[in-house]
This record gives sequence, structure tokens and C-alpha cells, in this order.
Amino acid sequence: MEPLIFILAGTLAAATPLLYAALGELVAEKSGMLNLGVEGMMAVGAASGFVIVALTGSHALGFLGGAVVAMLLSLVYAALTIVFLANQVASGLSIGILGLGISAAIGKEYEGTTVTTFAKLDLPILSDIPFLGRAIFDQDILVYGAIALAILIWYLLEKTKLGLIIRAVGESPHSSHVLGYNVALIRLSCVAFGGAMAGIGGAYLSTAYTPLWADGMVAGRGWIVVALIVFGTWMVPRVMFGAYLFGALTLLELSIQGIGFNVPSQILSASPYIITIVVLAIISRNPILIRQKSPMSLGETFKANS
Amino acid sequence: MARFKIEPRTENSLFAPLLVSSIAIFLTAIAGSGLFLFYGKSPSAGFHAFFIEPLQSTYGIGEVLLKMGPLLLIAQGLAIGFRAKVWNIGAEGQLLIGAICGGYLAILFEGSSSPFLLVAMVVVGALGGMAWAGVAAWLKVRFNANEILVTFMMSSIALQLLYFLVTGPLKDPAGFNFPQSITFGEAALFPIIMEDTRVNASLFLGLFATVIAWVFIQRSLLGYQLIVGGLAPAASRYAGFSANRSVWMALLIGGAAAGAAGVAEVAGPLGMLQRNISPGYGFAAIIVAFLGGLNPIGIVLSSALMALIYVGGDFARLSIGLPSAVTAIFQGMLLTFYLASSFLLTHKLRFSTTTVSVKSTPEAAE
Repeated sequence: MEPLIFILAGTLAAATPLLYAALGELVAEKSGMLNLGVEGMMAVGAASGFVIVALTGSHALGFLGGAVVAMLLSLVYAALTIVFLANQVASGLSIGILGLGISAAIGKEYEGTTVTTFAKLDLPILSDIPFLGRAIFDQDILVYGAIALAILIWYLLEKTKLGLIIRAVGESPHSSHVLGYNVALIRLSCVAFGGAMAGIGGAYLSTAYTPLWADGMVAGRGWIVVALIVFGTWMVPRVMFGAYLFGALTLLELSIQGIGFNVPSQILSASPYIITIVVLAIISRNPILIRQKSPMSLGETFKANS
Repeated sequence: MARFKIEPRTENSLFAPLLVSSIAIFLTAIAGSGLFLFYGKSPSAGFHAFFIEPLQSTYGIGEVLLKMGPLLLIAQGLAIGFRAKVWNIGAEGQLLIGAICGGYLAILFEGSSSPFLLVAMVVVGALGGMAWAGVAAWLKVRFNANEILVTFMMSSIALQLLYFLVTGPLKDPAGFNFPQSITFGEAALFPIIMEDTRVNASLFLGLFATVIAWVFIQRSLLGYQLIVGGLAPAASRYAGFSANRSVWMALLIGGAAAGAAGVAEVAGPLGMLQRNISPGYGFAAIIVAFLGGLNPIGIVLSSALMALIYVGGDFARLSIGLPSAVTAIFQGMLLTFYLASSFLLTHKLRFSTTTVSVKSTPEAAE
């Protein structure tokens, strides 16, 4: 029983940073913006969030600061692609590289230090439920916040007019422009939202999941987030499922080592990437699945004809 | 009233690519001054340490040339792929696999004094890099898997494979348990070509690649097909060129170049396999390729600049105590400013003395 509680509880925590960043990236991609800089945005979010918590002791301020700093970085991407009409792939790589450099600079003085972890919620009755209580209800508020956000984003994208506009911009920016929508502003807002969510994901990583700062601690999660969107074929429930599956995988990796299986640690460290590639190939081979929900204009720069 | 006017370019300008790179460097210099001030250093002291000091000694110049080699080699390979709009961002992993394959030969033929050993290492390293990139090409062609994600993930896997090998099968048995292989024999090392420095003959690999890339792009039908495939997939299909072949070629060329660069590192300054083989050359080469305007000659200049930034970062850390993160920020800024100013490749600014009129037309198909 104990290992199961550990895995279930750990899965929720491990998936949370991925889920925040993935929901943000999903909104950006739905508007047609392929922002590959998630790794860099998560890194600056992690570094600035950590520094703020170390200085103020307030996790709320840390998450807010992480979100703001990562959002500022995402605005660089927005400026490159929307104002200067630069290629989206190259622009994403550019803020990815820039973000890793900036995060190293922000966190320099704090390398290897720790902060107090983000407090778990005290849910008196729920967390007393045997087994499930400790697994599911002994978590911090951002774990539940991620689930709430997923539902909110799903509702927003599928059921509201704003969601319809965002999807329309992602499908056909030219038609949306002709209809009178401000494509640039909508895309910019979606990118900024994506940046903020990546920042929260990063800050969660450095101040709650493993409350320490080490350069390079995002460790490829930003790229896994981008892959999660493809796994989820641009649909919120599937992206969410993918994030939890991935969280479980991370935990499985830890438990296999804990149980004492004689597997080289490097194979375990490489396994998330190997599995990502395999799943990516399986899902991508189905063109109908990919084309159905992927925004038509994803990755294309848009310039209004006037 | 004199105002700027933005107009689309109707024909390619010869000077625009040079102008764009110069503007990017200029803007990076301005932002860099801000960065130096932020760290409490005067910009002049910062720039002196970063860009002048490395060039004041034979040792410094040697280090710049040493770092320029792999960047030049990898960027020439990547640029060909980028022209075809095939995004190989995993050159770092292809470099590591090249280093492992070439290095394995050096370990296998430890006592060899054959002049062919080094040649064989380069060939095997290039093939290894090709194979690693080939996985991404196969997954792209066969399953339509995104090559950006696959090449990145393959890089992370390559790194773990290297760690596994240097802590296990390829570890030096007499190495006090350090995660590294045996030191390569003399025949498995590139000869030094500049006295009192670490510059070795592998620099010629980069220069050779430059010539090949130039001929390939300027003079061959294959190179032309590759570019057409990237610019207009539909048109190229109509003309009978296969998009799949573009994917294969772009990734295999990039992988071969990166793999050879990996051999240049282990058979050059390192002389063994170890955990840290590359200070991110595979990622920096992406910036080099863009900053050089994806042009073989431009890449020679941009690889020299990027190498100078690497070495300058080390000098600035030692002489004025700037953190090493500054190097990474400089690299990121260069690419960011390059992309912003590359607007001028397709548009031109003109002074007009008449009323303001911002004219624009649809962007050329991206």
C-alpha cells in the first residue's frame, strides 16, 4: 500500500508543472503560435520564483513573480513573430536559449540552496480517508489549481465566444482579420498567457516539487511539454491525461531505483525521452488524428493585407 | 515632413544579409553594455575582457580558433538543413554519438600507429552522427513525427548513453574510477598546427566543409532541389522532387557534420571520452548558422564571432569576475536581435518627404 500511495501522490505533484506549462502552450498554439521556448520560459520562471521565495518567504509572490518574468520573455517571442514577422521555430529556439542563460544569471547566487517547500493544504476530513486521503487530498493548492485550470481552459476554448475567436485566429488568421478581429492582439495575449503558465510551472518545480535551485533543473521538461500537446492532439482532456501519465512515469523511474532493480540509472534517465519519441511516432502516424484538431495556421507568420 | 516608409523588397539585396548581421551584433553590443552595468562593470572593461583580451595573446587566438572549428563544421551542416526548412536542433546529440563512435575506435586500436586510424575515426564518427540523425529522418518520413522534438529527445538520450559508457564499458580500468576512458594514443589525435596553442588539424575539417557547402548550394542540382523543397513543397513535388528526400538529406548531412565535430573534440583538446565533451556546440551552431545568413561564407565569420564569445566569456570570468551565464545570454541575444532585424531581408526602410504611408503587401510564402 505504501508504495502505491507514494506513486499516486507523487504523480499528481510531478505532473503539475507539466500541466501548467502545457495548458499555456496549448492556448498559444490554438491561436496559431508555435512557441518552442517553453524550456527557457520554465527556466526563468523557476529561477525568479525561487529567488523571490528565498528573499520574501512568500510562495504566492514567488509564483506571481515567476509568471511575470516568464511572461516578459514570451513577449520577446511575440515581438519577434508578430511585429518583425520572424520565423516562429527560430524565434522559439531563440527565447529558449536566452531563457536558459537568463535563468542561470538570476539563480547564480542561489546555486545549490534550498527554500521551504510550498505548504500542503490541510483538508481535515478528506485527507483522513484511508489510502485515497493521503494520496489525493494531501497536496498543495496548485495541484488542484492545475486541474481547475484545465477545466477552465477546456470550457473557455470549447464553449465560449472568446475560445471560438482564439480558435478562428489559429485556423485562419486572414479570415479572422477580415471579420474585424485584432489577430495580433489575440495572438499576443495567448502567447503572454502561455508564458505566464510556463513561469508558474517552472516556479512550482523550484519552490514546491524540489524546493532547490540548480542550473539546468528544468532538464528538458519544456520540450516534453511541447510534445504533450502533440500527444494530446490539441485537446485539453488528452493533454491533461498525457501530463499525468508522464508524471507517473517519472515516479516509476524513482521507484524502480528504490526497489533496487539492477538497471543502469542512465537507462532510467533516458526512458522519458525514449517513451516520448515512441508515443510521438505512434500518434503522428495517424494524419486524421493530427489534422483534426491541430490549428491550420500553426507556425505560420501572419501579416495583415491592407 | 521626413518619415520612414516600410516597403517590401522586390529583389534580393546583396548587402541586406550583411547589414542584418551587423545590426544584430550592434544591438547585442548595446544590450551587452547594459548587462555589464548590471553586474557593476563598466562596459569598456567588459568589452575589453570579452573581445580584446582573447585576441592579445597567441594562446587566446588559439583558443578562439579551437572553438571555431566544431562550430563552423556543425553550422555548415545545419544551414543546409535549415535552408530546406528541416529543423535539426539535436546536433549536440549527434556530436556526442560521433565522439563515442570515433572514440571507440581509438580505444579499440589503442596501440595503433597507423595514419589511417584518425581518418577512420572521423569517418566512423560522421557515420555515427548520420545514424543518430537518421532516426529522426526515418521517424519523420515514416511516421510524420516532428523532427524538432525527436532530434531534441535524441540529444538527451545520447548524453545518457555517453554517461553510461564512460562510467561502465568504456571506463579506464586504471583510471581511479573517474568517469572517463583511457587517454588516446598519438595516432588517434589530430596534430597541433599552431605552436603554443591547442589548435589542431581538425580546423581543416570545418574549412573543407565550407568549400563543400558552398559548391553544394551554389553549384549543384541537389542543393537547389533541397532549397526549393523547403521554400515551396508543392512546387517541388510538381517538379518531381521528393520532400522525403529533402528530410533525409538535410538530417544526414547535419548529422555527419556534427558527428565529425564530435571526433574533432575527443581526438583534439580532450584526448579521451569523458562526461563533458561539448560546451553546447550543437545548440550554439544553430545561432551560428542563422547569424551567418545560412550562407557558407557568412558562417565562417559568425562561427569566429561565436567562438570569440565563448573564449571571451572565460577571459571575462577570470579577469573581471563576470559570471559564465553572461556568455549564454550573449548567444541568446545575438539570435534574438538577428531574428528581429532579419525583417530587413524582406523589407526596406526608406525616407520619404511626403505624407506618411505605410504600405505593405502579403509576405512571401514562409
